[in-house]
Amino acid sequence: MSASPLTTSAAQTPEAPPETGRSPWRDAWHRLRRNHLAVFGGTVLLTLSVLCVIGPWFSPYGYEQTDLYNTFSPPSLKHWLGTDQLGRDLLTRLLFGGRISLMVGLVATLVALTIGVVYGAISGYLGGKTDRVLMRIVDILYALPFTIFVILLMVFFGRNLLLLFVAIGAVEWLTMARIVRGQIMSIKRMDYIEAARSLGLGTPRIIFRHMIPNILGPIIVYTTLTIPGVMLLEAFLSFLGLGVQPPMSSWGVLIKDGAERMEEYPWMLIFPGTIFSLTLFSLNFLGDGLRDALDVRAAKD
Amino acid sequence: MFRFIARRLLETIPVLFIIVTATFFMVRFVPGGPFDSEKATTPEIRANLEAYYGLNLPLHQQYLNYLKAVVLHGDLGRSTKYASRTVNEIIADKLPASIQLGSLALLIALVLGLTAGVVAAVNRNTKLDYFTSTFAMVGICVPTFVLGPVLVLLFAIHLGWFSASGWYEWQDRILPSLTLGIVYAASIARLTRGGMLEVLHQDYIRTARAKGASEARIIFRHALRGGLLPVVSFLGPAIAGILTGSFVIETIFQIPGLGREFVNSAFNRDYTLVLGTVILYAVLIISLNLVVDVVQVWLNPKLKFE
Repeated sequence: MSASPLTTSAAQTPEAPPETGRSPWRDAWHRLRRNHLAVFGGTVLLTLSVLCVIGPWFSPYGYEQTDLYNTFSPPSLKHWLGTDQLGRDLLTRLLFGGRISLMVGLVATLVALTIGVVYGAISGYLGGKTDRVLMRIVDILYALPFTIFVILLMVFFGRNLLLLFVAIGAVEWLTMARIVRGQIMSIKRMDYIEAARSLGLGTPRIIFRHMIPNILGPIIVYTTLTIPGVMLLEAFLSFLGLGVQPPMSSWGVLIKDGAERMEEYPWMLIFPGTIFSLTLFSLNFLGDGLRDALDVRAAKD
Repeated sequence: MFRFIARRLLETIPVLFIIVTATFFMVRFVPGGPFDSEKATTPEIRANLEAYYGLNLPLHQQYLNYLKAVVLHGDLGRSTKYASRTVNEIIADKLPASIQLGSLALLIALVLGLTAGVVAAVNRNTKLDYFTSTFAMVGICVPTFVLGPVLVLLFAIHLGWFSASGWYEWQDRILPSLTLGIVYAASIARLTRGGMLEVLHQDYIRTARAKGASEARIIFRHALRGGLLPVVSFLGPAIAGILTGSFVIETIFQIPGLGREFVNSAFNRDYTLVLGTVILYAVLIISLNLVVDVVQVWLNPKLKFE
């Protein structure tokens, strides 16, 4: 169970006032552990990540190793998940592709999440002129052509995967910022925020300590929507020749290749598609579980 | 409210100006030019072509000329790829197909997505919730370039109900709109469920229930107003994206829309066509985000126009 948001928060517990017997984070952690679907999601995610990281070392094939006598061979003992048009082992390519796809999901989403939440929260909380300027900047960034932006990045910085992830993250934060801003604006006139302000707390403390924990629900839900989004965006970029370069693979690329041949060689779509969907399902179970576990109001009922 | 809208419209002018300027110089910094793909151009022909399109002038002069034409005449210039056609003509030609496809898809997305989201939230953690949420997840996990071909195989080739590609009769409209609509329906369903869950525990819902309001009234009159906030934020940019066309869907179903034109224009270095589409998209997204902000205030009386 790799519930990283919780582990980082657990590190903050010592700051909490000593009179609270159990911190809200620990309560949430207990609620999460009782949620079987969420535990299942977390376990699957962890297993898949470990498999993708260490799996390729145990595979007898390389991701680029072709075998022209065995093209399009269906799943067998020799090739557990079959081979593709060049006789490359699909399982090996799936594991290697998983490294890329899981990493793009993680890095790009982290970038998008951090920028989006901080930006949206500041804009919504401060309001007025600052909000207007910040939101017009978002409008501008929305309209700039993404394809051209990526080509430019490639030209200036060369073909660098990490850069690609950052570029995707740098685009995906915009909607997150607008959602967070909307939520912050809707709670900033509530009494407990007023109270925090009258206690003389600083703006950063009010935003990050009192407001963001209260809007974690929509943030988590939109994050679980962002991860498949960025993975598919990577597939789209690879489709245009701007993403992962052959012979390297990613789940998006494998699914796209499979979709083109699904009638004759269905395993080429079924296996990558299943793994991709399984990952996203687990992610959503975990996300929903987190959302419910962190929902303090629901817990009171 | 009118002051708010008027001020936002005024702010649009500098925003558009920055977008046009940034895009203008961005496309010029991308290596390669519009005539690189022409076979065997002699230097003379090339010079003539460049002179015809005004590409031989200094860059700042080209920029000023472009701005002047756009602002004074609404003239987006000539396409370098489709000789003899102006960008205005190309947009007028391709946009209707994208808008038709987009509106149908949007309708499907809203009806399916909102219903599924509300049903799932109200019946939280029951079989019905799991069923609708799973369905929504499938929509999110399955990319359009898989969903499209699967729907074609099923409904066009095996069942023969609708056509597989083209853009002539109503039978051509169904599958592409469904493909595009389902993807957005899934996101809307997830956001609606989340938003509704946030709201359903609030005191004012309990008050409404205590007053004896019917369940339908509680959901539609009271809860939906607050629950839709995240959905509304999402819808602004989403609608702009849907209406200006989807590259993947237009390619799969052979639809003469603007989405394909835009991606290709970036690769063809068709500077004017890129700029024209970007301006169109920018105007759409700015207006839609303005609508979103107005709707948000209308949905949540605690907000004020500021």
